[in-house]
Amino acid sequence: MRANTWAGRNKVEVRDVPDPKILNSRDAIVRITSTAICGSDLHLVDGYVPTMQDGDVMGHEFMGEVVEVGSGVTADKLRAGDRVVVPFPIACGACAACAAELYSCCENTNPNAGIAEKMFGHPVAGIFGYSHLTGGFAGGQAQYARVPFADVGPLKIESDLTDEQVLFLSDILPTGYMGAEMCDIRPSDVVAVWGAGPVGQFAMDSARVLGAAKVIAIDKEPYRLRMAEEAGHIPINFDDADVRSKLLELTGGRGPDKCIDAVGLEATHGSAHIAAYDRVKQAVRSETERPHALRQAILSCRSGGVVSVIGVYGGLLDKFPAGAWMNRSLTLRTGQCHVQRYMKPLLERIERGEIDSTRIITHTLPLDEAERGFDLFKNKQDNCEKVVLKP
Amino acid sequence: MDLTATTTVRKSASQVYAFWRELENLPTFMAHLEQVRATGDRTSHWVASAPFGKDVAWDAEITDEVPGERIGWRSTGDADVPNAGTVSFVPAPDGVSTEVYVALVYDIPGGSLGKAVAKYFGEEPHQQLDDDLRRFKQVLETGEVVRSDGAPWGKRARKEFPQRPAQPLSDAELTKGAEA
Repeated sequence: MRANTWAGRNKVEVRDVPDPKILNSRDAIVRITSTAICGSDLHLVDGYVPTMQDGDVMGHEFMGEVVEVGSGVTADKLRAGDRVVVPFPIACGACAACAAELYSCCENTNPNAGIAEKMFGHPVAGIFGYSHLTGGFAGGQAQYARVPFADVGPLKIESDLTDEQVLFLSDILPTGYMGAEMCDIRPSDVVAVWGAGPVGQFAMDSARVLGAAKVIAIDKEPYRLRMAEEAGHIPINFDDADVRSKLLELTGGRGPDKCIDAVGLEATHGSAHIAAYDRVKQAVRSETERPHALRQAILSCRSGGVVSVIGVYGGLLDKFPAGAWMNRSLTLRTGQCHVQRYMKPLLERIERGEIDSTRIITHTLPLDEAERGFDLFKNKQDNCEKVVLKP
Repeated sequence: MDLTATTTVRKSASQVYAFWRELENLPTFMAHLEQVRATGDRTSHWVASAPFGKDVAWDAEITDEVPGERIGWRSTGDADVPNAGTVSFVPAPDGVSTEVYVALVYDIPGGSLGKAVAKYFGEEPHQQLDDDLRRFKQVLETGEVVRSDGAPWGKRARKEFPQRPAQPLSDAELTKGAEA
């Protein structure tokens, strides 16, 4: 089959690889009909997530048709012919983390848990196409994928919704939604979202759906801010304005009640010397993150507020504003999304027309053009917001 | 050499105990074991896999047993690597799970066998036992050892770093299996 693979730093390559086979009894093989490029794929390509290997099949946002199930998958759960969206964290459904609906912290699905434990203190779940640290599972930017614990994760789509309407249930819609949910939004809340990429856009839409009074989008790409504005959110361009003053101006001097970091470890910064400080430390690996968005969110948030982090971090960061966090009673909440928890309720919101997840798609390309898709997305060319690939 | 490790399994103490007491189950999750065969109510024959050398086998007997709580054993006769162990099963505070505490003692001999054993355990012998218990938990909670494309051979995963790429296995690799 054809598959998009990691081919070293800053390089992906669509290659011929063997077709996947059943390895565990609760596996399914899925013929992929739609898959997408995620912002976190860029962290892999940019070389900020260790343990990638040449030839790793990338991709963790995919859906398709079940073509084969293992002997441990009963027909009432899943059978050949079912149309499914596959959540990016692989979860066993049986451990204490899964019982607590903390699926991305599943205790059983990462065969390389020992390595993850060294890095993170405790291991994390297996993730499709997302380094050997998260298990070394082949990803879904391919014609077929092997899906372990197929009786736990995949969501069956039994209505006639298009792929484009439901594909993002695999990651970015639940991720954005969890970012908003962690904010415990009240009707009087102003919610500010750093990053108007796909996850940020969905965090904004979710904040609105959860009842926020006002939602603010912070980015520097005019087309991304325009996209947020068209969806009813208030844009701030950090290239044109001082974010903190602008936020005070929009909130009667209070600051946003809830702040969401949908940027993560490769933030850019309006202030050149701060950007350079973190960029240099990151380059020599004495710091693995460029956390401007997180710092700014903490400093901007109203006292007693919540800073919710859904942007990806992988290691250590410098100059964490612990004083602001502690003295102003801020709550910091975060997590890789527990996708399985949100798929069904969000599918219902899509069916009811409360969320239109197709609004972020700007490019649809054949799988064989994945490399071009990565270039467009990474370099923000041609107003690229989200690339869907068709195998 | 003394090793200890612990894990928590989301099953009752009697279930976790019963699985361990079925000694034939041990090779499904313990990396160095090829086979364990019960030879009597409290006696068994153990065979260790290649890294220990080709024909490392020994007899063992259960020396201490409280059903649902504790099993203690030791090698008997002239084992090449005399060893002993205990495993305890303690109900966890959540009322559902069981804490499993394992302690192993190896009397590592001199000579080439001793060297091979030391090399096998490497610089981090504890990691070996931690990984064994991780797989023990996988088998009890999910039914089998979890495999990925990068680490397709279950309990051999750790020896395979850096791993094969995270892409599906070829038919040839699958046929060759863990010896590939």
